[in-house]
Amino acid sequence: MGERVIKAGMLRAGVVYLALIGIAWCALFPILWALSGSLKKENEVGVPTLLPAHPQWSNYREVFALMPFWRMFFNTVVYAGCVTAGQVFFCSLAGYAFARLPFRGRETLFVLYLGTLMVPLTVTVIPQFILMRLVGWTDTPWAMIVPGLFGTAFGTYLMRQFFRTLPAELEEAAILDGCSPWQVYWRILLPHIRPAIMVLAVLTWVNVWNDFLWPLVMIEHKSIATLTLGLVWLQGEYVARWPVLMAASMLILVPLVIIYAVAQRSFVRGIAMSGFGG
Amino acid sequence: MASVSFEQATRRYPGAARPALDCLDLQIGDGEFVVLVGPSGCGKTTSLRMIAGLETVDAGRIRIGGRDVTGDDPKERDVAMVFQNYALYPHMTVAQNMGFALKIAKTPRAEVRARVLDAARLLDLQPYLDRKPKDLSGGQRQRVAMGRAIVRRPQVFLMDEPLSNLDAKLRVQTRNQIAALQRRLATTTVYVTHDQVEAMTMGDRVAVLRDGVLQQYASPRELYREPVNVFVAGFIGSPAMNLLNLPIIDHSVSLGDWQIPVPRRVADSAAEVVLGIRPEHFELGGRGVEMHVDVVEELGADAYLYGRICPSDDMTGQSLVVRADGGDPPRRGGRVRLHPRTDHLHYFGTDGRRIL
Repeated sequence: MGERVIKAGMLRAGVVYLALIGIAWCALFPILWALSGSLKKENEVGVPTLLPAHPQWSNYREVFALMPFWRMFFNTVVYAGCVTAGQVFFCSLAGYAFARLPFRGRETLFVLYLGTLMVPLTVTVIPQFILMRLVGWTDTPWAMIVPGLFGTAFGTYLMRQFFRTLPAELEEAAILDGCSPWQVYWRILLPHIRPAIMVLAVLTWVNVWNDFLWPLVMIEHKSIATLTLGLVWLQGEYVARWPVLMAASMLILVPLVIIYAVAQRSFVRGIAMSGFGG
Repeated sequence: MASVSFEQATRRYPGAARPALDCLDLQIGDGEFVVLVGPSGCGKTTSLRMIAGLETVDAGRIRIGGRDVTGDDPKERDVAMVFQNYALYPHMTVAQNMGFALKIAKTPRAEVRARVLDAARLLDLQPYLDRKPKDLSGGQRQRVAMGRAIVRRPQVFLMDEPLSNLDAKLRVQTRNQIAALQRRLATTTVYVTHDQVEAMTMGDRVAVLRDGVLQQYASPRELYREPVNVFVAGFIGSPAMNLLNLPIIDHSVSLGDWQIPVPRRVADSAAEVVLGIRPEHFELGGRGVEMHVDVVEELGADAYLYGRICPSDDMTGQSLVVRADGGDPPRRGGRVRLHPRTDHLHYFGTDGRRIL
């Protein structure tokens, strides 16, 4: 009987693993397909093979020849870096305030702020564009940095949830030790919410890195364009050069893979602690 | 060092039916060790947090060293607090934890170092100065929490059940250490506990609170000898005092078939009294009322008998707890004859207040 129980257990594990492998394959396949396509000859792209017959590394060289890759890479890094730093700073401060500082109407204000999550980005794009035009920032780097700098409802919510998990005594001990609210936040609480900061930083970075709509609306000049814009322009000017497009896509993906690999451990910990995990 | 005083201090939590602390008047002398004790929800921790400035004072005042600090920020009050869960900073070493307040106050680094070392010597913490709190035992963490308070040389120490997370043996040991340390440093200390043994053994004076109202504020000895009401009488002393509701008939009350003459002052004021007898104030053997022994609790030196008075053979008599000699205590299921020592009786009115 014991043997049968063990066998049933193994069977169940086998089914679960098979399902997981299937799901992983579904997620990975497009990327593998793009990787494979980036190494194929142009007339080979339509052929349903995963391994290119003769890997064409020259496709990658052509990316650099056809678009100012490094310039756009630099632009995107600057935009993503600034917005991420701003998000982490302002969301953690706002999260601290919503979690810990007592003030009138705190909960109402927080719910209203959360409500902004319901408004789709596409609704605000045009008003934001008009705003940018009013201040004369269209087609400037400011348009890429400033609107995202001051935090989002999601980031604030994430930080607030984390601050709430910290014991109140920690803060009270610091207050009695003579800390100002700023010192409590900076010296005592911030070191404990590093996982949350990692999560927010990675999510924000990826968001800005992959953003297409906002740069498309805002930016016209190549010198200040982002990589996603560069990718599309590549498509527009040289229709159907699929291998080069895929090579460019692969290159754009590399930094994200590196960031995720480095941050993975604290990222997972952060997701688990925040209760967002499934 | 400084005195601390509450003047009609009141705290109401929004939505609560009664105040958490109701018009508390309490004077704590310079260098005194005062224990606030009572069951949970009695307002003792609220009082402590009001001294610290962590709790709003809705009415009345709080003074430290004669200065009105009611509206002051916690950091302006120069008090140090030891929390129940210690609240050590997990990302700092023991030394950094202890020196943090001084660092915030921009004390020169050499002085911080010297003061941390002094406190560490006092608390046997030198070997652990570079460790993080997570690498310490419960007792060590407790000492770090004490150290963090001592290093600051504050006017007042506030301690909120600092021993409740320790095991029984360590608790007794640490209790004595804290009491000794306080006497040595002579810093005014307010100590909160729900444990009446801690209150009795540590405090110069003890304030007993119940439902936000001060019941009695006196030395441990006075609390034991002359509790002002039934609540204090039952709360102080372990096992608790026997409290018996008895009618006064012919200037005496009867415990089973044993007549106890009631002093004139008591007999004149009431027809019924609550008679208080501590378990240790019974004479066993010889004359008296007969008690059926249900349970015998042997503690070594003493034994406590839990039983019922049996004037006849019915089993519905008054319950009593009685201390017996631990050498040869009566058996469970047996019967003993006993009578209370009349010089140690407490009389309370039916309203709970002490008459004599």
